[in-house]
Amino acid sequence: MHLYDVPLVFALIGLVLYTVLAGADFGAGAWQMLAGRGAAGERTRDHAHRSMGPVWEANHVWLIFVLTVMWTAYPTAFGSIASTLSVPLLLAGIGIIVRGAAYALRTGAESPRELRAIDRASAVSSIVTPFALGAAVGGIASRRVPVGNAAGHLFSSWLNPTSALIGGLAVATSAYLAAVYLAADAVRVGDRDLERAFRARALLAGVLAGAIALGGVAVLHSDARPLYQGLVRGAALGALVASVLAGAATLALVWWRRFEAARYTAALAVAAVVAGWGLAQHPLLLPGLTVARAAAPHDTLVAVVVAVIAGGALLFPSLGLLFGLLLRGHLDREPGAAQPVAEGRAILAASAPGLLGRAAAACLVAGIGFLTIAEQPWAHALGVAALLAFVVLGFFALESADQARL
Amino acid sequence: MLVATPLAAALAPVHQRYLLEARQMQALSFAVHIPLVCFGIAFPALVLFVEWLHRRSGDELYLVLAKRWSKVMLALFAVGVITGTILSFEMGLLWPNFTATFGSVFGLGFAIEGFSFFMEAIFIGIYVYGWEPLSPRLHFASGIPVVIAGFTGSLMVISVNAWMNHPSGFRLHGGKVVDVDPLAALFGNSYLWHELVHMYVAAYIVTGFLVAGVYAIERLRGSWGRYQRTALAIPLTVAALAAPVQVLVGDWAARDVARSQPVKLAAIEGLAKTTRGASEHVLGWYTGGQVRDGIAIPKLLSLLAFHNPNATVKGLDTVSPARRPPVNVVRVAFQLMVGIGTALALLGVAYLVVRTRRRRLPQSVWFYRALAVAGPLSVVALISGWIVTEVGRQPWVVYRVMLTSHAVTGAGGIPVGHATLALVYAGLAAAVLWVLRRLARAPLELTVAS
Repeated sequence: MHLYDVPLVFALIGLVLYTVLAGADFGAGAWQMLAGRGAAGERTRDHAHRSMGPVWEANHVWLIFVLTVMWTAYPTAFGSIASTLSVPLLLAGIGIIVRGAAYALRTGAESPRELRAIDRASAVSSIVTPFALGAAVGGIASRRVPVGNAAGHLFSSWLNPTSALIGGLAVATSAYLAAVYLAADAVRVGDRDLERAFRARALLAGVLAGAIALGGVAVLHSDARPLYQGLVRGAALGALVASVLAGAATLALVWWRRFEAARYTAALAVAAVVAGWGLAQHPLLLPGLTVARAAAPHDTLVAVVVAVIAGGALLFPSLGLLFGLLLRGHLDREPGAAQPVAEGRAILAASAPGLLGRAAAACLVAGIGFLTIAEQPWAHALGVAALLAFVVLGFFALESADQARL
Repeated sequence: MLVATPLAAALAPVHQRYLLEARQMQALSFAVHIPLVCFGIAFPALVLFVEWLHRRSGDELYLVLAKRWSKVMLALFAVGVITGTILSFEMGLLWPNFTATFGSVFGLGFAIEGFSFFMEAIFIGIYVYGWEPLSPRLHFASGIPVVIAGFTGSLMVISVNAWMNHPSGFRLHGGKVVDVDPLAALFGNSYLWHELVHMYVAAYIVTGFLVAGVYAIERLRGSWGRYQRTALAIPLTVAALAAPVQVLVGDWAARDVARSQPVKLAAIEGLAKTTRGASEHVLGWYTGGQVRDGIAIPKLLSLLAFHNPNATVKGLDTVSPARRPPVNVVRVAFQLMVGIGTALALLGVAYLVVRTRRRRLPQSVWFYRALAVAGPLSVVALISGWIVTEVGRQPWVVYRVMLTSHAVTGAGGIPVGHATLALVYAGLAAAVLWVLRRLARAPLELTVAS
């Protein structure tokens, strides 16, 4: 592997994580539509919402990660892809707006009727978004995105058999991942009815996703011959076989109610498909554009790789913390009743506010001198620091001392 | 380093009939996102401060306030995530040639910003859902990364914008972008610092006045317990301290613009001809090469821009008409920003005087009426400031290197996309207002007398 391949591997890993994590979220949205009315339906929808609440934002940032790595490391390819596939990408964007707004709105909803309306909007967008993103991937995989500014067809680039296949597969996979996740979560909260319901849904969606994937081979054979030929040989074929095995294993695990393990095999199946796609297409990123030629200059690639590794070193432990708290059930309760604490301690020592106030005034005078009157850059830096110190000191002087007397 | 070689863009430029619509669509997306960014930067610090007050004093009122604010913070952050996602889509959907040509130069900024966003999203989830399960100390600690990530995120985004206004970190060789040094492009840029500080301070002003404004309205409606007084005073004190500082920071920014982007300054001031000892015009309308119906203050522009009443200020005539930004848009936006900013600074000073002299909140009903409109006005000033930066840079997307018309997509249907997004954002705005009102209406969980 060359340096110029590394960011692409990062982007594909990001894509897998987005598919698995945000996919589960979209799937949960989609299941809300099929939950029906009444108390049972409401419970199902509530469960789907509650399980996702704390991780929703983080899951969606993976898409931003993929986009930023692509446009930094493979700018020409990114510009070509985004301009040709503008319609599905805008659709996906709007779907993400609606899905995210539904999260924000649900915190304010009071009646079941409001909740149902919100969930319905969120469900529609949860189907549209994965389909549109999958269709966009289908356009790239079937070589319908040439290099150039909107050089491909505005519609047939994403409305074609391969796009329909991958879009459909994305929806089915999302539904499957969500059902497995929600079944596991139902076990955790000890709700047998919900567990049964989501186990059945998982099996149904899993079989459907498997059928689409297998039937899809025929679609690729007729619609995307180069991709098909790449997929049926060498390492790509190995990845495909691994995906089939992982898919079968995950169904078996769901059948035996081993939901936690099933989530990992399901993720493996998705990862294997994405890897197979990458291997089948290698070394081409777009028709006539190799990864090597699409890649940014050396210094940029080094900077991206370093940034991603450093960022990952911060990110993964943090994600581990979040999911750890979530899976251990620590984050189930939304902000609720206050716990009683002893009252009446002073916030700061009595003499502190006066000192802080005088220090703030001194900083203000220094700030004006250095920033407004002086001309040198170092003086400006000092001036900004002094002015920010003025705000902070002044704030503490006022709000930590007088506060309680207002 | 920026010689006048024409740029050879990565993709062949195409003619786009709807360039203006594309710009409008981008402007709409920014205008929706930027106020939310302010809350992402400043609100976590305020919530954390209130939690700190609770930890120091044991007073339950602070805990109730922090919890309620944290719910609002999460809702606004969720909306910020999605509007931010739209912006990253638009980098490709609307400006594929900008990204294709210069992604290797500026893209790193967004990649790092992506990680900031990640950290903010993760810890905001832990913070808001972690009130009970986490120990008080851990819970407080979980809020700190949110505040830091809010700062680093804005640092990275502003570094890209500063680069667009003052490009460096590459060379043009035969029109091609070569010798790319992304770190120099993003962080070795003198233009970054005033933009960053200006935006960072603006975030605290906007958040402070908007939040305080909510409780000012409650007071006008007769609801004025200790809870409301506390919830008003904390954000208001931040905004009141930050607003006068912003006047100084803005003056610094204008001096940098005068040196690096003389045409932008000329548009801001409506200065047609290069002038020695140029006068400043307040109000008025630019037409026929001069500002009409404005108040002229002799030599003030030269004094403000170069600290010298007789300094020469470059006019619009230094570039051909096709290379000038639309003067009145930039000029009116600038005057709005400065006018509102000055008014907010005065309001802030008035408040600070009462607070420090009399050790209480102001009592005049007019103060609270002013406060109720200060929040929305601060948003107007914020957007106006961005209009000055962005429209003032036109017709360039990368100042004096790439024209916006060369960056735009060749795809059709921009008006359809624009209309769709406008509708969706109108719905989103209504939805956000609805949920905020709902959250505000929920009964207080106070057990102590208020």
